[in-house]
Amino acid sequence: MFNYTIRRLFLAIPTLFFISLIIFLLLDLAPSDPTANLPLTIPPEVREKIRQSLGLGEPIHIRYLLWCKQFFINEPLNIMEQWFGWDIAGDRLRVLSWQTRSPVVDLIVQRTPQTLWVVGMSYVVGVLIALPIGIISAYRQYSWFDQVGTFISMIGFSVPTFFTGVLMIVVFSVWLGWFPSIYDTTHQVTDWASFWQQIRQMVMPVAVLALFNAAQISRFMRASMLDNLNQDYVRTARAKGLGERTVVLVHVLRNSLIPVVTVIALGVPQVFGGAIITEQVFKVNGLGQLLIISIQGGDLPTVQTLTFIFAFLIVLFNLIADVLYGVLDPRIRYD
Amino acid sequence: MTVLDVKNLRTVFKTRQGEIHAVNSVSFDLKPGELLGVVGESGSGKSVTMMSLIGLVPSPPAIVDGGYVNFDGQDLLRTDQDRLRGVRGAKIGFIFQDPMTSLNPVFSIGFQLSEPLRNHMGMNKTAARKRAAELLDLVGIPDAARRLSDFPHQFSGGMRQRVMIAMALACDPKVLIADEPTTALDVTIQAQILELVKELRNKLGMAIIWITHDLGVIAGIADRVMVMYGGQVVEQAPVRELFENPQHPYTRALLQTIPSVRGTRTDKLRVIEGQPPILYAEPSACSFRDRCTHAFERCGIENPLRKTLTSGHDVACFWDPATGEARHD
Ligand SMILES: Nc1ncnc2c1ncn2[C@@H]1O[C@H](COP(=O)(O)OP(=O)(O)OP(=O)(O)O)[C@@H](O)[C@H]1O
Ligand SMILES: [Mg+2]
Repeated sequence: MFNYTIRRLFLAIPTLFFISLIIFLLLDLAPSDPTANLPLTIPPEVREKIRQSLGLGEPIHIRYLLWCKQFFINEPLNIMEQWFGWDIAGDRLRVLSWQTRSPVVDLIVQRTPQTLWVVGMSYVVGVLIALPIGIISAYRQYSWFDQVGTFISMIGFSVPTFFTGVLMIVVFSVWLGWFPSIYDTTHQVTDWASFWQQIRQMVMPVAVLALFNAAQISRFMRASMLDNLNQDYVRTARAKGLGERTVVLVHVLRNSLIPVVTVIALGVPQVFGGAIITEQVFKVNGLGQLLIISIQGGDLPTVQTLTFIFAFLIVLFNLIADVLYGVLDPRIRYD
Repeated sequence: MTVLDVKNLRTVFKTRQGEIHAVNSVSFDLKPGELLGVVGESGSGKSVTMMSLIGLVPSPPAIVDGGYVNFDGQDLLRTDQDRLRGVRGAKIGFIFQDPMTSLNPVFSIGFQLSEPLRNHMGMNKTAARKRAAELLDLVGIPDAARRLSDFPHQFSGGMRQRVMIAMALACDPKVLIADEPTTALDVTIQAQILELVKELRNKLGMAIIWITHDLGVIAGIADRVMVMYGGQVVEQAPVRELFENPQHPYTRALLQTIPSVRGTRTDKLRVIEGQPPILYAEPSACSFRDRCTHAFERCGIENPLRKTLTSGHDVACFWDPATGEARHD
């Protein structure tokens, strides 16, 4: 298992370089112009100068290698300096955003907490709701609980978050006035009152995303439980005189969780990128919103870096899912 | 003196397509240390009968009712779930047909063997593990203590069935129910398992119910045989008596399907023509009559009851093979 993990990690390196190249080429192909959003009064020569100053005059392979150097060498060095207080001499060029002229990594560091709080929390809540619902729905298949669960998850599944999000704003903010419709990122938690305020502003975005996540995962959990409930080993467990709790929550659940855990692990990268729409609806200035703004502004370094980080997380969590599979299922042996 | 006494057991499956009467008024008993063989075609209700005894049929859709199942001074059909669980795996052990799927793939053999011991005998982890190793040793698995931490996929089919047997015997049951335990195994392994069970019976002295398709196996190990058809017991006799003097046309047909190695080879393999019935209602006539070569008018209007011929031999049929005519009541 250990060797397998190490080997997979090494294999990931060329994969990631390849992915970064593809992203770079695709973005270069895209007809976007970083000066398009500037006022129309700026004359074309000046625009051209701006483009040159952003490095767009260089040939594509130079620009790619430059990004690689900045991202893979300069940025990690910079982080190490900050963490360990080192001072490695030299003024290194960092990946700079074209729109804000500040380092992209700093932007990401600024925005990650909001995303983790709202989207990450919704994923955790979604999973915590989905697992028991899936288990009970399967154990009591076709009961009213199962029917209601099926109906709700079908809604969560098929109604897009920009609809449920707006619907919740209309109902709970406009009509009832229970929750704020906008997520205030500058809000600081200092005491119980401000903590309560933080909870209130998180409720709606978390609820919208959690419904969406829970819908998928609970269906998956239910299907996996149903697969296992009819297996022969369940009858054996009952024939041994074990209680229903042990039969279902030890024997069946342990088997059913194997594919579900994999799916949950594979879904984690989406936490970082997938909530773009919900972040827009509730004005959460997280990573998803950063990506949207950068795309609209033709801010290629930011888009490139963000997309690459998503790709990195996907590769990483694929590996984690595979390793978890091997840990949970004794029949799987990696060597 | 009996360990298990079953009277008028009935099991009905309420499905979307309607009711299926899988077990119809089955009665039998089991004496201490006896080996009762149960034979019958696929779908004749052998498994459902045995699983109904200890509440192992899925309910819903199944409804089990009937007279009583007398075991160890209590009626298993009318005890609560907790007491029934105390019987399952402790006083009545069960072995299933397919050893490849009957063990949980993600738990170690040691864990699965320890479960009934910890559950019923209140052993702690260490004691249960020690006993589990003894049990594995008892069923002839070499290097037992070390293999406890292995998982089912690391065992062969025959060894897994040995593990199942060890598990069923863990708490020293009075009755062992073996539902076609050798059907999924190849012939040499089958013989080994049979030998093992015979040996264990002599050593431990429990009564055994052995379900099988294979009359050859029955001849080798059973004391008494019960033939089932259409969810009913159609004939019951001591094993020699049944082979020498079969009464029911179905039993006779079954015996003729055994290919003989010594006999003449001119015959094709014999089969019983037709399909076993699916019982959408409680039988009001003999359920074998459509396939029976001796059926007459009465067989279509009345369901024959079991009738004792000699001590220990009874049959549910209106036709008498001795005379070739209807039996006199
Ligand atoms: N869960 C169920 N739902 C509906 N009908 C069932 C169910 N389980 C069994 N039956 C029916 O009960 C009848 C008896 O089945 P059973 O499994 O007892 O046969 P069997 O004699 O053990 O056959 P085999 O030799 O193939 O194991 C069959 O007709 C079957 O269709
Ligand atoms: Mg069966």
